Amino acid sequence: MLTATLTVALVGNPNTGKSTLFNALSGLRQKVGNYPGVTVEMKKGQFSTDGVTVDLIDLPGTYSLAARSPDEMVAVDLLLGRRPEEPRPSVVVSIVDATNLDRHLYLTSQVCDLGLPVVVAVNMTDAAAAQGIKLDYAALSERLGVPAVPIQANKGIGLTELTKAIREAAEKGSAPSGPAFPELFESGAAELQKEFNGEVPAFLVRRALIDIGGYTEQWLIEQHGNGLQAKLTSAREKLAAAGHAVPGVEARTRFAWVRSAVAAAVTKPAVPPVTWTDRIDAVLTHRLWGMLIFLAVMFLMFQSIFQWAKPLMDSISSGQEAIGKGVESVMPVGPLRALLVDGVINGVGSVLVFLPQILILFAFIAILEDCGYMARAAFLMDRVMSPCGLSGKSFIPLLSSVACAIPGIMSTRVIENRRDRFTTILVAPLMSCSARLPVYVLLIGAFIAKPGSPSWLPGLVLFAMYMIGFTVAPLVALTLKRTLLHGAPPVFVMELPAYRRPKIGAVLRRMWEAGKAFTIRAGTIILAAMIVVWALLYFPYTDANGESYPARIEKAEDAVKENTDRLKELKEKDEASKKEPAEGEPASPALTDDEKAELEKLEEAAALPDKLNGEWKRNSLLGRTGLWMEPVFRPLGWDWKIGVAAMASFPAREVIVGTFGILYDVGDVDPKAVGDDKAEDEAKEKAAGLTKAVQEEWAKDPVRGKYGVPVALSVMVFFALCCQCAATLAVIKRETKSWLWPAFTFAYMTTLAYLGAMLTFQVGRLVVG
Amino acid sequence: MPALAELSPGQRGEVLSVTGDPALVQRFYELGLLEGEQVEVIALAPLGDPIEIRVGNSRLSLRRAEAAGISVRLISEG
Repeated sequence: MLTATLTVALVGNPNTGKSTLFNALSGLRQKVGNYPGVTVEMKKGQFSTDGVTVDLIDLPGTYSLAARSPDEMVAVDLLLGRRPEEPRPSVVVSIVDATNLDRHLYLTSQVCDLGLPVVVAVNMTDAAAAQGIKLDYAALSERLGVPAVPIQANKGIGLTELTKAIREAAEKGSAPSGPAFPELFESGAAELQKEFNGEVPAFLVRRALIDIGGYTEQWLIEQHGNGLQAKLTSAREKLAAAGHAVPGVEARTRFAWVRSAVAAAVTKPAVPPVTWTDRIDAVLTHRLWGMLIFLAVMFLMFQSIFQWAKPLMDSISSGQEAIGKGVESVMPVGPLRALLVDGVINGVGSVLVFLPQILILFAFIAILEDCGYMARAAFLMDRVMSPCGLSGKSFIPLLSSVACAIPGIMSTRVIENRRDRFTTILVAPLMSCSARLPVYVLLIGAFIAKPGSPSWLPGLVLFAMYMIGFTVAPLVALTLKRTLLHGAPPVFVMELPAYRRPKIGAVLRRMWEAGKAFTIRAGTIILAAMIVVWALLYFPYTDANGESYPARIEKAEDAVKENTDRLKELKEKDEASKKEPAEGEPASPALTDDEKAELEKLEEAAALPDKLNGEWKRNSLLGRTGLWMEPVFRPLGWDWKIGVAAMASFPAREVIVGTFGILYDVGDVDPKAVGDDKAEDEAKEKAAGLTKAVQEEWAKDPVRGKYGVPVALSVMVFFALCCQCAATLAVIKRETKSWLWPAFTFAYMTTLAYLGAMLTFQVGRLVVG
Repeated sequence: MPALAELSPGQRGEVLSVTGDPALVQRFYELGLLEGEQVEVIALAPLGDPIEIRVGNSRLSLRRAEAAGISVRLISEG
């Protein structure tokens, strides 16, 4: 009798249609399984067939069960029933590509050694038929000793037969015997097995013997001492002396087994036909055309995350502002309202604002991966990335990071090698992202683009800021690869899969998964960071007399509102009186003394809310910390206000613009309005006011007055190199599954930023003289 | 006995020996690149490295440094 629940594991090479089969079987009932200590995630799904519930686990695509890393070991351990989180599978489904059975059945032969019932799902039978490849499934099943079922996962064909075969295999419960290894190998493995008193499965002992320097060997030596190393070496030497050297003996044994099965079951045309993949590849990996098409694709991708996402991001910001205003209008002034509006609503908005870029990038990545182009892109770019110790696969994540590091870091999942992936994640935030732009534009506008300076200078400075990222990132990558993430040189051999038409459903699923993962896992961390920084700027909220700042500001604002019309009238009258009267018209009368005094008073009152806000933030916890920390900022040429603005921008770099505005008594400035000609008048006026305020404030100070340009450059260099972005750190935490890496990223980037800013200011000071 | 990396696009050869780092050799084997197999160089990347080869019905990209350990016997064209 069959148990009501079956656990089934799905194993296959990359690009076999494994995920397509998984999705086709389990539909939307999926969740992600996490495993402590490793970065791999495995998808788990569920479906029912004839009253049997099947728990399906999608193992990461792999060419072999010879584990080389802890990540790869998880899949092997799971198949052996050695993971506490999961029951041992009752059946393993080995999915293979019908057009390339000679190679795919190699993994199947390893799966047949696990001691579990196996079902082979032969996918892409349509592509095989198109190439004139004919398969005899009865003969294939007989030769392999396991049922082989033809399927077309992308069209849902053959799934009923497959689930039936799975049920039958579970019912029978018998494991296949797999290929027979040479006698000498078997006896060597059996002898080695005795070392472990049955604590280690035979499968792993054989792997330890075959995989020189592999993970199983390392793990067993760690467990059982160095004596094991000598025993392994002597066993391997014995095999080599008899002409059965590892790892070749495994390859020869398995491929001989595979070939005899293929010879019996597969008829191929004598001359392989020229496939579409051949024709497309002739263009796409061509040295000239391939490169031009690659550049065009990258330009399109970059442009779309940079430009197409903008309207969506703007509407999210406007929505957030509208909701914030709505809440403000119905709630009384106080910490609760401020927490809700400035902390929570603002925080949620700043999480959601990343979604358009993430969704667009993941649409691109899903399409590029599904159609097979991603591997070609990595092929074309490999030589460009190899000098900094990375491979072509790091190119797209780093390029995407120029728009925003968040989707860039999330897209590093295409990199299988853990050290390469971590290095890419750690340097991605150095790429000059779009959030740095408002900072650059503000300071270039205030100090570089002055009347009289050459017109090319602002552009050059902006270019230099971008170049900082492009120069420092490869250097840091190289350093990391040589130190912290040092290890045996990874294998860069990569399969270039056949081209295939991407499926819209699969693309949408990838977008949905990426968006969900970011919003839920990273979003909560970002929100928490936003609320902490908000609180540091909010408390204490009473002035020296114990009066509440928010209440005083509201009162001052009400007064301004009441007198708006009178102020406007007086201003217009004043301006008119100063103008030369047009010919034939009487001169406008000058303001009376009373009116002059009134105008002065009203103007002062109009500036009061921003002034109070500035005073409040300067006295907040963060403001006081900044004042106390001023000696730290001095070598950079900064005063404590710049320091506070930089610290307050921890949630996101562009926040520095708004904080500058508040600290310099101009009010909260929208970073998007800086340097934007199309911004609304009010926002533009505020941004212009901030540019002026920064100039004036710095002019008042002996250091920043004289060295305005070096200080501006020092702030820009700091922002080019720092990691003032809670979202980036949250995503690093999510992708590396550890707080260690975001902490390290923040520490090393802040150090670089500090040193870079100090160097910039000190050198600049010498140049200015 | 030329190394695989010395072949130009369009040339084919039979693999005589696969040597190098054990992990690399094992990966070659897993991908079906083993002694006795026929390989064809299909293309070179724009900067001449890596190279794209065909072995069996698979296309692989490998760096020249990695291909250096694979020696082949050139199969005359035609």
